[in-house]
Amino acid sequence: MTSVRKSFQSEGFKRYIDSLKFALYTCRRPLDGFWDLVHEKRGSLAAAHTIVILFILNQIVYLTQSNFIWINIPLESFSSVFVLINILGSMLLFSLANWCLTTLFDGKGRISDIYMGYAYALVPQLIIRFALTWLSHIVTWDEIMILVVLWRVSDLWFYILILCAMKQIHDYSFGKAVLTTIISLAAMGIMVFIFLMFFAVVSDGVAYFYSLGQEALFRMRRG
Amino acid sequence: MKKFICYVLVAILFAGMLPATAFAAMGRSYTYSYNEWGAPIPSPDVYFVSAYILGQHLYFNGENIGAFLSPQDIHVHGNLLYLADSGNHRIIIIEFFEDTTFEVIDIITSVNHNGAQTTFRNPHGIFVSPWYANYGQIWIADTENHRILHMDENWNVLNEILHPGIYGISQLAPDSDFFPTKLAVDFSGRLFVQARAVNRGFMEFDRYGGFAGYMGAPPVEITPWDQIWRFIATQEQRERRLLNVPVEYNNLSIDDEGFIFGTISQVTDELQPVVRLNMMGDDVLIRNGWAYPVGDLWYGQGGDRSGPSMFVAVTALPNGNYVVFDRNRGRLFAYDTQGNLLFVWGGPGPREGFFTMPAALDNMGFTLFALDAGIGANNAALTRFDLTDYGALINKALEMYHRGLYEESYHLWHDVLRINGNFGMAYIGIARALLRQGYYRDAMELFRYQNDNINFGRAFGFYRRIWMEDHFWIFVVVVATLAIVPPTVKKIIKVRREIRES
Repeated sequence: MTSVRKSFQSEGFKRYIDSLKFALYTCRRPLDGFWDLVHEKRGSLAAAHTIVILFILNQIVYLTQSNFIWINIPLESFSSVFVLINILGSMLLFSLANWCLTTLFDGKGRISDIYMGYAYALVPQLIIRFALTWLSHIVTWDEIMILVVLWRVSDLWFYILILCAMKQIHDYSFGKAVLTTIISLAAMGIMVFIFLMFFAVVSDGVAYFYSLGQEALFRMRRG
Repeated sequence: MKKFICYVLVAILFAGMLPATAFAAMGRSYTYSYNEWGAPIPSPDVYFVSAYILGQHLYFNGENIGAFLSPQDIHVHGNLLYLADSGNHRIIIIEFFEDTTFEVIDIITSVNHNGAQTTFRNPHGIFVSPWYANYGQIWIADTENHRILHMDENWNVLNEILHPGIYGISQLAPDSDFFPTKLAVDFSGRLFVQARAVNRGFMEFDRYGGFAGYMGAPPVEITPWDQIWRFIATQEQRERRLLNVPVEYNNLSIDDEGFIFGTISQVTDELQPVVRLNMMGDDVLIRNGWAYPVGDLWYGQGGDRSGPSMFVAVTALPNGNYVVFDRNRGRLFAYDTQGNLLFVWGGPGPREGFFTMPAALDNMGFTLFALDAGIGANNAALTRFDLTDYGALINKALEMYHRGLYEESYHLWHDVLRINGNFGMAYIGIARALLRQGYYRDAMELFRYQNDNINFGRAFGFYRRIWMEDHFWIFVVVVATLAIVPPTVKKIIKVRREIRES
């Protein structure tokens, strides 16, 4: 018991809590916040993981628990795993694509920095979607515009944050940040394409050898 | 439609996919409907085949009249049915009696034109006026004679309408041929004609047969890509490309209120395959349904058929519902006045209740007649459909419902649900009655079953107001606490500090 208490009072845990609280600061002061996040070491990967996990859980709650006048998904075709893969996959893919690109264009950020920046940029969406989930239960169809506005604001906020994050993490000018972000989106597409093609080729190859073996077995049996 | 697009996007996003078995409903049951997610579900039969009439089974004056040859149009007048047996250049008149029996009472092959007899050549359309001003007068689109014949009730030609190009204001070149195919006449005697290769809408003639202009041209669709191409193309390329012209209507019918229903056999985002035109030529069809009235929402590529439904005929029932005939899959789609899809039945094939080449559709009260032009010899048939008890019940309930008599329709909808628990409109009908009577909670639940956001919001608004009135003390308590507690606490702290400091 004492060890547990000690670990909560430890220096590392305090730093973790501070870095979590810092997520709220990055939402309000993105340029300053994202600079300090990486260069002053005020963010932490643990906090980033926490935000991502919370975001995924919140997204599942948001999609399933919102009132049907706001989000209406046939639950028999809903998959939490798909939500997880969607969010995590796009994050990791973006981090990888952006890192590959920015190392060529003298960006300063490491791949973990990019991941952290992305995670911290998700915070406003996390909060607003959580609010939307419960707000959707107390509005009528005529008042749904309020939710639409909130939703658009959360999206816009995310785009602004991610651009600020890219700018500060890589120490770019704003135009360059926009450009590299757009190009890394294209790079994500190319990576997915290559990934799919690779799997298609491998599965075709496996199928070829499998049918070859089958053929051999049939012939042996007829013998 | 926006809602529909949203659902489609969500369906694509959630690639978990709707269960494939849902779509099999279309093939397994003769009648089906679409549920609140737009998935097809089987339904009890609403119409049944009460007569399947082939020309080779009909007799007139003791003689077999022979098979229909590519018949193109039917028109119902009272209890008479006029059938344009186009390939045999004749009009057959069949009388239907109360007990669903029928008899050929006349066959017209030639008519009296100024004392001489004149014959038809491949007549594609017939109309008999139900209106007071010209009751019983007959119009025939004598297609390959390039004329329209206007006759009195005894088949004496009153007027012969020829190529309108001679009037100088027609789009038809004066030396081109005039092929009238389908026609309808309104209560003032104006004649609306669909002619082949005319794409500016319906041709309109005044009551004396003079050409009066075009009505209700479908809007032309120009995509951004077309515009870019037009900008960069050279003069020769522009000329060689097909002209961007509106598509043609392919059929029309006039309803009891004098509005014209038209069909177009092409579905795009811009164009509607069914239109209801007022006398100005504006489309006034109500489209409040879950999806636009376009026929099938989902279509596979089985059995040599692919793509969306191709409507070739439409008829309006006495209660304002309308039925459209799909040539692509031989199906009949019934919509109500608000544009909700009620039920779909029929299918492709040379069988009773199925169609190989749908051509025309008309109604005698709620009884429907569907004409199948047939592919090859001996396949052309006239099918008579009558309402089942279930169908009659739905019509009764719908009539109450659309007049706003929700309480009266309440029990009828319950009877409908006893036969078919999948009939979505019944839930909405019941919920509306409950809403009217103040059972907001129950109404909300039923609206939720049917994904009806707007009515759910309405019921919820009432529910929320009552909840607020009942629980107003909560707000009072909260506000009072906020107003009283913090200042008191502050004051206590202040007093204590003063005591300590003094």
